[in-house]
Amino acid sequence: MSKNKSEYLINRHDNQYEVVIGLEVHAQVTSESKLFSTSATKFGAEPNTQVSLVDAAFPGMLPVINEYCVKQAIKTGIGLKAKINKRSVFDRKNYFYADLPQGYQISQFKDPIVGEGKVILDMPNGQKEVGIERLHLEQDAGKSIHDLDPKNTFVDLNRSGVALMEIVSKPDLRSPDEVNAYIKKLRSIMRYLGTCDGNMQEGSLRADVNVSVRKKGSKEFGTRCEIKNVNSIKFMQMAIEYEANRQVDLIEDGQTIDQETRLFDTKKNETRSMRSKEDAHDYRYFPDPDLLPLEVSDDFIENLKSEIPELPDEKKKRFIEKFKLSPYEANILVSDIETSNYFENVIKKSDVKLATNWIIGELFAALNEKNLEISESPISAGNLSKLINLIKDGTISGKIAKTVFEQMMKGDKDPQKIVEEKGLKQESDPKALEALIDKVIDDNRDKATEYKSGKVKLFGFFVGQVMKVSGGKANPQLVNEILKKKL
Amino acid sequence: MSDITKQSLSELVENIKGKKLSSSEVTKAFVERSKKSKELNSYITEDYANALNKAKKFDEKPNLDLKLPGIPMAVKDLFCTRDLRTTAGSKILNNFVPTYESTVTQNIWNEGAILMGKLNCDEFAMGSSNETSFFGNVQNPIDKNLVPGGSSGGSSSAVAAQLTPITIGTDTGGSIRQPASFTGTVGLKPTYGSCSRYGIVAFASSLDQAGPMAQNVKDCALLQEVISTYDEKDSTSIDFKRNEYSKELTKDIKGKKIGIPKEYRVDGMPKEIEDLWKKGIEYAKDCGAEIIDISLPHTNYALPTYYIVAPAEASSNLARYDGVKYGFRAEGETLIDMYEKTRSEGFGAEVQRRIMIGTYVLSSGYYDAYYLKAQKVRKLIKNDFDDAYKKVDAILTPSTPSSAFKIGEKTNDPVSMYLNDIFTVPVNLAGLPGISIPAGHDAKGYPLGLQIIGKAFDEQNILNIAYAMEEKINFKNNINDWWIK
Repeated sequence: MSKNKSEYLINRHDNQYEVVIGLEVHAQVTSESKLFSTSATKFGAEPNTQVSLVDAAFPGMLPVINEYCVKQAIKTGIGLKAKINKRSVFDRKNYFYADLPQGYQISQFKDPIVGEGKVILDMPNGQKEVGIERLHLEQDAGKSIHDLDPKNTFVDLNRSGVALMEIVSKPDLRSPDEVNAYIKKLRSIMRYLGTCDGNMQEGSLRADVNVSVRKKGSKEFGTRCEIKNVNSIKFMQMAIEYEANRQVDLIEDGQTIDQETRLFDTKKNETRSMRSKEDAHDYRYFPDPDLLPLEVSDDFIENLKSEIPELPDEKKKRFIEKFKLSPYEANILVSDIETSNYFENVIKKSDVKLATNWIIGELFAALNEKNLEISESPISAGNLSKLINLIKDGTISGKIAKTVFEQMMKGDKDPQKIVEEKGLKQESDPKALEALIDKVIDDNRDKATEYKSGKVKLFGFFVGQVMKVSGGKANPQLVNEILKKKL
Repeated sequence: MSDITKQSLSELVENIKGKKLSSSEVTKAFVERSKKSKELNSYITEDYANALNKAKKFDEKPNLDLKLPGIPMAVKDLFCTRDLRTTAGSKILNNFVPTYESTVTQNIWNEGAILMGKLNCDEFAMGSSNETSFFGNVQNPIDKNLVPGGSSGGSSSAVAAQLTPITIGTDTGGSIRQPASFTGTVGLKPTYGSCSRYGIVAFASSLDQAGPMAQNVKDCALLQEVISTYDEKDSTSIDFKRNEYSKELTKDIKGKKIGIPKEYRVDGMPKEIEDLWKKGIEYAKDCGAEIIDISLPHTNYALPTYYIVAPAEASSNLARYDGVKYGFRAEGETLIDMYEKTRSEGFGAEVQRRIMIGTYVLSSGYYDAYYLKAQKVRKLIKNDFDDAYKKVDAILTPSTPSSAFKIGEKTNDPVSMYLNDIFTVPVNLAGLPGISIPAGHDAKGYPLGLQIIGKAFDEQNILNIAYAMEEKINFKNNINDWWIK
């Protein structure tokens, strides 16, 4: 396999293969209650404590659409720059399973609430547009638990009826890296919108991955396989790599690829056949007669548009234009709503350039080390802003600032206080510095003589000695100036 | 008063309000008569002790402002009733006790009525003779071994036999009107969206509608007034202005235009039915109505359309009865095995037949040819009515193509059984209100009914026409209490 800078290709013998990927992302709608019932949706609740009679499909129970979930789906559609369908239809997808109480999932089949849209990815070699085919609303199923009892399966219906958005991409992705960027971008947009928390550990975001391969240059799509329900970006990438290579091997071996549904085994790092096309379920979709077609007015959509916050693409553009950030810096700072909020709070009262460097550099490194999200940062935006101002106005040097920063990471302390308490204030009084420097020269007469006789490299030694004696507090610029005069 | 059970609902309400009768007296009378009438098999579940207790409580602090003050009532066992077993006539729900109440029954109890028990019906309301019930046949009080119609057969039997002063049924393709016709009683299927479906065991969601079954039109109007409410818990419930049907009831129907659809003269229709229809036209004219010939050209396609749409929805609605959560479960080796055994043993033959038809017509490759086409035809049938209502205010037809038949007569011939619904099914497909009133007897002395079909939300109009015609017809049911030893 070779990866040149811009293309992900699989080489076998003399052939080069391109990988074609499309994703069906299932994103849990951020909502207090379920799609068709008033049950709570909190993650991690005791099994079967968030289940209404509707969720458990008791006789005579009827679904009633949760308007908030509809708004969330439309907002997401707007965020994906997609067509909002003023009329959409809920269909029943019929199949039997123990954790599907109704015996059908209410979904949208022919007439989804959101039509075609797009997502822009920032890849190392430039921007890439990924088409969105559609977004529809559907119910989640419950959870079957097979490992609590040797003979019985337990069913937890807390998830049953929770609202999901299924976001279907066009087959526009060409590499695991693009998939990574796509999922992150989608997640970022939804987090900006507040429509999905994107928490993959809690299953709020998972995807079915469609993979096919074709010889480079070919216009025809190969036969695709669908890898079901992958719940981390890393696993998606691993599954794609495995699956693409498996398909290439089959082709090179003169065999054909069967269109089928596969599962990714995270322990063995391989995909396995789950069911073939012949065994595919016949879901017998038909419009749910318990629900009228969903109709939304232009006003309803316009009102939602007015609630849409500045999204990452627009924010990035503004950061570059207004703050003169590099595209790289802007990308990092807008990638997550929490980060961009933090950044914008810091620069309210402090220098943009310093703020950018400190957030992307020190702060990210420190958070990374402690495995913290920016929302959990021990240093508030306000205090980081104060620290930057202390540097800017010369109260402390950049080096001392790092010490203060470390101190701040241990607990949210006002940097001003740390500087005062520890006496870290920069020494900028020329007289005090002169005294210090005189003493250093005095203590190192031999080296001073050497310097004068032409060994100018020793200047650095004297600066170091002065800083050491001052406990790092000496204003480095002044030290330079005075030393030059004195030597 | 020894003849309490012979009184109509309106009379009972008047007597209780006038303090001439107590709820306990009335309830006791209907409970006693119900107890003596076990042979009819009208009840699936009796709740007599509770009913008598509730009546006693009502009498201690009677609220006489209510519309159904202390009136005892048994209801079709398709309505979920809190803490009282609800079976839908099926083995699969044999042990099911809801923790909730249907909106329609709640409306009834809110007006002071008292639940006496749950009435027999065809399994999941699938049938026209009450013979598909897991709990056995129901006898028609008109004659021994005669079916009471279906699916609301227990309801029609109980009203005709005066085991309950009034009741409610559900009507998906004729399940209120056909049994009313077979038992000489009145049954109204309201406009789709008039009565909430919340808490009613679903058969075919786009067709199901609850409605009153009574001994006369006035009682029917009163109960319709109670049960019809807008309900946010049912997304297909419609928020329209509902009349106080019983108060606004009038026999003045002068100048009303009544349509006679030529397509309802079906091949092989017995002369008795043809004659009844003619008589009905004369009655309507006597009341001052104007008779106008109309055409409903797609009538022929109504029955096949219905037998695609209804089973399709049923096949999906009944998927929830899988042995996992509630109801009957047959143990199996695997999940699939458990499903198959539970549903094979839990559902009767007719329900299984319809699940299979429904599954078939929704299957990939058949969906367009059957389900989609049926939906298109359904639209055409609705358009027929829309066109007709540009010319007329209501439509008069026979309720059924024959009088009640013998138990067992049609059980092996489902198509002939389905033909029973030929006049009632189009009304469900179009979502319109329809009422069946008793209008005469056939040669055997069995009752025959006429159906008046109205515009959507125009229940008041068809109740008025029925009320006016009822007086002219002056029907008397020949019931001799043969089952009481």
